[in-house]
Amino acid sequence: MLVKAKGTQQSVAASRLLDGEAVWLGAGNTWVEDVAQAAVFEGDAIAQALDFAKAEEKRQTVVDVYPLDVEITEAGTRPTHLRERLKGIGPTVRRDLGKQARQPAA
Amino acid sequence: MPDTHAPALRSNQPADAHAAVYRYDEFDKTFIFERVEQFRAQVERRLKGEITEEEFKPIRLMNGLYLQLHAYMLRVAVPYGMLSSTQVRRLARIARVYDKGYGHFTTRQNIQFNWPKLEDVPAILRELAEVDMHAIQTSGNCIRNVTTDQFCGAAADELVDPRVYAEILRQWSTLHPEFTYLPRKFKIAITGSPNDRAAVQVHDIGLIARKDEKTGRVGFTVYVGGGQGRTPYLAVKAREFVPVEEIIGYLEAILRVYNQLGRRDNIYKARIKITVNEMGADKFIGLIEEEYARLPRQKFHVDPAIVDAIQSHFAPPPWADLPAVSEGFEAAKEADPAFARWTRTNLTAHKTQGYAIATISLKPIGGIPGDADADQLETVADLADLYSFGEVRVTHEQNLVLAHVRQDDLYALWQALDKAGLGTANAGLISDIIACPGLDYCALANTRAIPVAQRIAERFADLDRQHDLGELKIKISGCINACGHHHVGHIGILGVDKKGEELFQILLGGDAGTNAALGEIVGPGFDYDGIIDAVETVVNTFVKLRQPGEIFIQTLARTGHAPFKEALYARA
Amino acid sequence: MPVLDRGLPIDDRWTDLADDQDIPAEGAVIVSLERWRAERDALTARRDAVGVRLKSNQLATEIADDLGSLSLVALEFPKFRDGRAFSAARELRERFDYKGEIRAFGHIIPDQYLFLTRVGVDTVVVPADRVGPAWAHALKEISVAFQPALGREEGSSLLRRHLKGTVPA
Ligand code: HEM
Ligand code: SF4
Repeated sequence: MLVKAKGTQQSVAASRLLDGEAVWLGAGNTWVEDVAQAAVFEGDAIAQALDFAKAEEKRQTVVDVYPLDVEITEAGTRPTHLRERLKGIGPTVRRDLGKQARQPAA
Repeated sequence: MPDTHAPALRSNQPADAHAAVYRYDEFDKTFIFERVEQFRAQVERRLKGEITEEEFKPIRLMNGLYLQLHAYMLRVAVPYGMLSSTQVRRLARIARVYDKGYGHFTTRQNIQFNWPKLEDVPAILRELAEVDMHAIQTSGNCIRNVTTDQFCGAAADELVDPRVYAEILRQWSTLHPEFTYLPRKFKIAITGSPNDRAAVQVHDIGLIARKDEKTGRVGFTVYVGGGQGRTPYLAVKAREFVPVEEIIGYLEAILRVYNQLGRRDNIYKARIKITVNEMGADKFIGLIEEEYARLPRQKFHVDPAIVDAIQSHFAPPPWADLPAVSEGFEAAKEADPAFARWTRTNLTAHKTQGYAIATISLKPIGGIPGDADADQLETVADLADLYSFGEVRVTHEQNLVLAHVRQDDLYALWQALDKAGLGTANAGLISDIIACPGLDYCALANTRAIPVAQRIAERFADLDRQHDLGELKIKISGCINACGHHHVGHIGILGVDKKGEELFQILLGGDAGTNAALGEIVGPGFDYDGIIDAVETVVNTFVKLRQPGEIFIQTLARTGHAPFKEALYARA
Repeated sequence: MPVLDRGLPIDDRWTDLADDQDIPAEGAVIVSLERWRAERDALTARRDAVGVRLKSNQLATEIADDLGSLSLVALEFPKFRDGRAFSAARELRERFDYKGEIRAFGHIIPDQYLFLTRVGVDTVVVPADRVGPAWAHALKEISVAFQPALGREEGSSLLRRHLKGTVPA
């Protein structure tokens, strides 16, 4: 279940309209496929990022836009909630599928 | 060898000529291809921005297309669980070309593909249409794919073959102009056996087909208002007997009352089960009867000619005259204990002498319940052609069935299945687990469900131990929506979110069969590792308490939950 | 707002009155059910036609006794997902034998249009920026149906019927 973001550091997630791929808003208002590269927003910037993402929804780029709690780690942006971490990886029961299959082993 | 094969192979008919699937005529084909083009145009309008996602969502859902955690998901209807080998091969092809090489069979006898691209979906739907298949009404707030007993037309205990009626209901509900924007989804299940294998009492409408003892007329006992989800209810009986000719009119009456009075203010209260229970069953049934009394019933009259015409699609295959006992079969059981073990769990009595119904387990130990890859699908299609008139069935327990196998052929069948990883001797046992997709795929999930099933199966990997335990149904859902039927598992497991951690609750005493019952939560939940130990504790408690010949659910009924609770929580 | 009949905009003679708008001396008007009940005498005393608007939670039975005085019933879709009006339209036609115009308004999408015509709706009110070929097209996309309903269709058996084109070619 989607958990409401309420932390001070948040990112913005979405799914690409054309293929349903999970994406996050990255630096410079581009969509990135790797959650580690998701931009981290604080304060008013969160609402601004969401506004941009919603506009992207109107432009048929993405669907299902929402904010999520994250923390910054050495390996990049890390969602705090399990659901959002799995979204960044792929099915744990099929390590050969989804994003995890594309990335070099961490 | 060829001598023992199904007769179809000896003629120049296709091997699946006798598979009991409804075959489309020109009328059906016109419809299905128009529908594909309609969706293609809808996708184009969506991509051009002429319709919003809010408006597109119900349209795509009505064509079986969800958005999940990692990708879109396409749910393809398998009407009442029946497939021809041609259709199975097409599913394999779709898995390979448009998806990632596999499909997932669901508890509603459908198949899901987990990775399609929106742009490809019209092409996939066209490929399905070519083999008389579709994804219509596999989602959305409409009348969903009608489900039935996986052994219909073959089981020894069947009174009425429900398929013809399931097909009539499928047609009637297809793009129904009045009932496509209901308060919530609407599921109908139908069975024709006193041993309910279709869980009719946990459906919005449950139909039990039977013959009136005095007149011999066929009709249905109609149940209404059952459901699982966050507030499970067993259905109430609306009418003891509705004759076939009147069933569509009667269903129209139920649906109309529900469409007008079902709640639309809160999606968690929108199912018919809530309407029935908030209003009171008597009052609701009274409204149905009033509506039915004034409907233009003649308009909905099910003409026996229609039944006959559709019945012809489900004509029994040309079974051979066989001796009651197959010597080869008996000898093989004698010689190969692993085969003998499979025959004890995965065979069901057939109504025709010399035949058996074989369940193909999609629950290999440690595997993903309900998943089949493209190669396996093709193997099953080939085996169906060789041994079962080219027909394959999907069960609501996420397995497959070959319904008409000669006893003579069972050993060869099992050997081939075993080679393909499909020969596990566990139907109905502790490792034959229903699990929903859970957090590995599902956007609504609180917890994972599949790996819990895998680890339970691994814990009990020893098949002799499983056989010793006997029938024991574990059902796991990754959230309260209950897609994994945890309410009706002998042992149900429900995943809940506890501050971002996965927590699993145990329910005991549910039953999806004729003595339908909802399980009760035993106590506080367990963490991801603890849940496996907890299940083992429950099982060990059963072993300690059972009397000779008892299965789990019987012991539980006799002892009550107390000794199980004690075993689970006393130590902690 | 534009009104569509068989997929195409028509000249509409009806004025849709909010409850706080005065009733004009002349011309066909559509009023809410509440207003109809409160001002029924004044409305029927006029020479011109009267129609009533039903909200989606107001069942057809609420105006069953008045249908003889009404030339139009307008059914609201507050959200296109709220499908109660499909049943209301059908009850008006099938149960109460209503012969006047049935109009759908509110949030409606072209993909619902064929269904609307099949439960007895004649006209649909559409925001100006939503008028386009999609509406007429929606009536032609599917030419067959599997259940009896109320549209222009033919079929003698229960299930299978051909939908006759509702759109001028
Ligand atoms: C992965 C995507 C899925 C989503 C988003 C989903 C969503 C839902 C939701 C929201 C409900 C609750 C409905 C309600 O209470 O009104 C539900 C119930 C149900 N789903 Fe799913 N589901 C999914 C997959 C599945 C699968 C894979 C199966 C079969 C294995 C399944 C079978 C069912 C059944 C049988 C019910 C429950 C019983 C009932 O209808 O009351 N679903 N699903
Ligand atoms: S039960 Fe919950 S987690 Fe499982 S598939 Fe259904 S909605 Fe998803």
